[in-house]
Amino acid sequence: MNRLIRNREIWLAGAIALLIGLISTRFGAFASPGNLATIFNDTSILMILALGQMVVILTRSIDLSMASNLAFTGMVVAMLNAAFPAIPVPVLMLVAAGVGLLLGAVNGLLVWKLDIPSIVVTLGTLTIYRGATFVISGGAWVNADRMSPTFIGLQRMQFIGVPLLSWFAIVGIALFFLMLTRTALGRSFYAIGVNPTAAVYAGINVGRTKFLAFCISGLVAGICGYLWVSRYVIASVEIANGYELNIIAACVIGGISIAGGIGSVGGTVLGALFLGIISTALPVINVSPFWQMAISGSAIILAVVLNARGERRQGRIILKKAEAA
Amino acid sequence: MSTIQPTQARHIPDRLDRPLRSALLGWEALLVAVAVAIFIINSFASPYFLDVWSLSDLTFNFTEKALIALAMALLIIAGEIDLSVAAIIALASTLMGMAVQFGFSTPALVGIGICVGLACGVFNGLLVTRLGLPSIVVTISTMSLFRGIAFIILGDQAYKGYPASFAFFGQGYVWWVVSFELALFLAAAVVYYVLLHRTNFGRYVFAIGNNPVAAQFSGVRVDRIKLVLFCLTGLMSGIAAVLITSRLGSTRPSIAQGYELEVITMVVLGGVSILGGSGSIAGVVLAALIMGLVTFGLGLLNVPGIVMSIFVGLLLILVIALPLVWRRFMRKAA
Repeated sequence: MNRLIRNREIWLAGAIALLIGLISTRFGAFASPGNLATIFNDTSILMILALGQMVVILTRSIDLSMASNLAFTGMVVAMLNAAFPAIPVPVLMLVAAGVGLLLGAVNGLLVWKLDIPSIVVTLGTLTIYRGATFVISGGAWVNADRMSPTFIGLQRMQFIGVPLLSWFAIVGIALFFLMLTRTALGRSFYAIGVNPTAAVYAGINVGRTKFLAFCISGLVAGICGYLWVSRYVIASVEIANGYELNIIAACVIGGISIAGGIGSVGGTVLGALFLGIISTALPVINVSPFWQMAISGSAIILAVVLNARGERRQGRIILKKAEAA
Repeated sequence: MSTIQPTQARHIPDRLDRPLRSALLGWEALLVAVAVAIFIINSFASPYFLDVWSLSDLTFNFTEKALIALAMALLIIAGEIDLSVAAIIALASTLMGMAVQFGFSTPALVGIGICVGLACGVFNGLLVTRLGLPSIVVTISTMSLFRGIAFIILGDQAYKGYPASFAFFGQGYVWWVVSFELALFLAAAVVYYVLLHRTNFGRYVFAIGNNPVAAQFSGVRVDRIKLVLFCLTGLMSGIAAVLITSRLGSTRPSIAQGYELEVITMVVLGGVSILGGSGSIAGVVLAALIMGLVTFGLGLLNVPGIVMSIFVGLLLILVIALPLVWRRFMRKAA
């Protein structure tokens, strides 16, 4: 299995390199280190979100409410900032993390304590959280002139020549990598996804572990709520509408099996970068941005087809399906 | 104890053992009670509610989504799901709008809408059955593919200028206050009732949902039936596209955004198990009526659409959570 994953990541990295190569044959500046760093920075939020989603998907669940969670927490911190500019930004970030964690914990509790399928829970909370965003804001926007300069500027500050937003992504990647490969919790996420019954006999509390996975995705969505609002300098009910699909797309393209148990941090990051490069490249090669939706749709189908062929070689797809039913 | 959960999840409840019919009747009876309650609340809350034409307008709120919900119910009972239905509407509507620009007549437009829907369903179904992919991933991706194509064709433009005779499907009345949409929905409900509850095909759908492997070994052509179900869902989405386009008289690529969620809520609210294997058409029809009543009633009270969606979301979670809590409570009592 390990070799398979590594293979997949190499394939994906190759595809990305090819993509960059093809574009830079016509637009040389595209492959310049500065531009690549910009693409990384632009993709940071998607990467962090996809890592949170990945943990949930590993446990055979799915979190469709991340984008709504992001919109809600983003609105909360933006309104706080507009009303009380004196609150320091790090405190606001803690608030964002806390609110996101809370919303994620609601999802997790419903999945854990009531055994409701995660897709149903998060379909419901997807609409509820976004509706709640409308309720707290009254449908109004919070825009640039009501946000404090530090609120907007913090993530743009440079540290060793790299914007803080990129540092968030780098630290996030490192933390997720450590958690998934070096901690018992990380192993149990995989164990549940590969075989929940065996995980029980190995002494893993499946429900609680799933709950923790939802807490992580909620926490991450909350932090990204602040990052998103301060990056695009607008908080409205509509922000990140439909973005949950981009997050899942990044995971699936990165080789995360929707059946659970298979996937890596590297793959997820590459999956997000792949989408980031496409959205940056389209205007450069003079393709209307309206193409992006269809392209990412096709990319997911292609990725799933390739992944499924990899999984089928293990010869247990029928078994898995029976278990999922 | 939560430690035995996964074995519970794998354990396929022996549904034959339980008095299936009475359980379903219980659920449907509950839905009827809820519908009546909301009806009464609505008529007290707004003086405009109790009017024949108001009630007729109310049906426009749900018939299009409910048409898709009928087919989606079968698909979910069989253990699959289709999240791309709203995107199919967008694509079918866009291609109909395109055909108008080339001067196609009304029957041709209807044909195009239905055929596009069917083709999208076939595409989903082939990906799921031939390649063995999970339907949720396939339809998440075709959701952005189908709507993406609509965006490529239309961008930020809109198609208008549908022929006058085309308006009948979404705006016409068959008899007095009975709109074409309502008549079509009632007819479709009967057809789907017979299909699910009175034919071998319907039994196979339940069998697949309860245990696809056992169904396969019992000689049920699992893949073929799943393919047919995806085609039906696509077909109903195509029909819904005709109705919506005719009712609105214009097409934008963002048409019917978020419908998939409401369709699935209807199906689940109707008592169809999201894990597959159980459900009924009567429940889905009642659930559609309830959702229509709720949104129409809130609309009369000037509640914004996005706040309504909170109610829809809460309804979805509560409706699933309550029976689970109830069952656990009963098990503890026993």
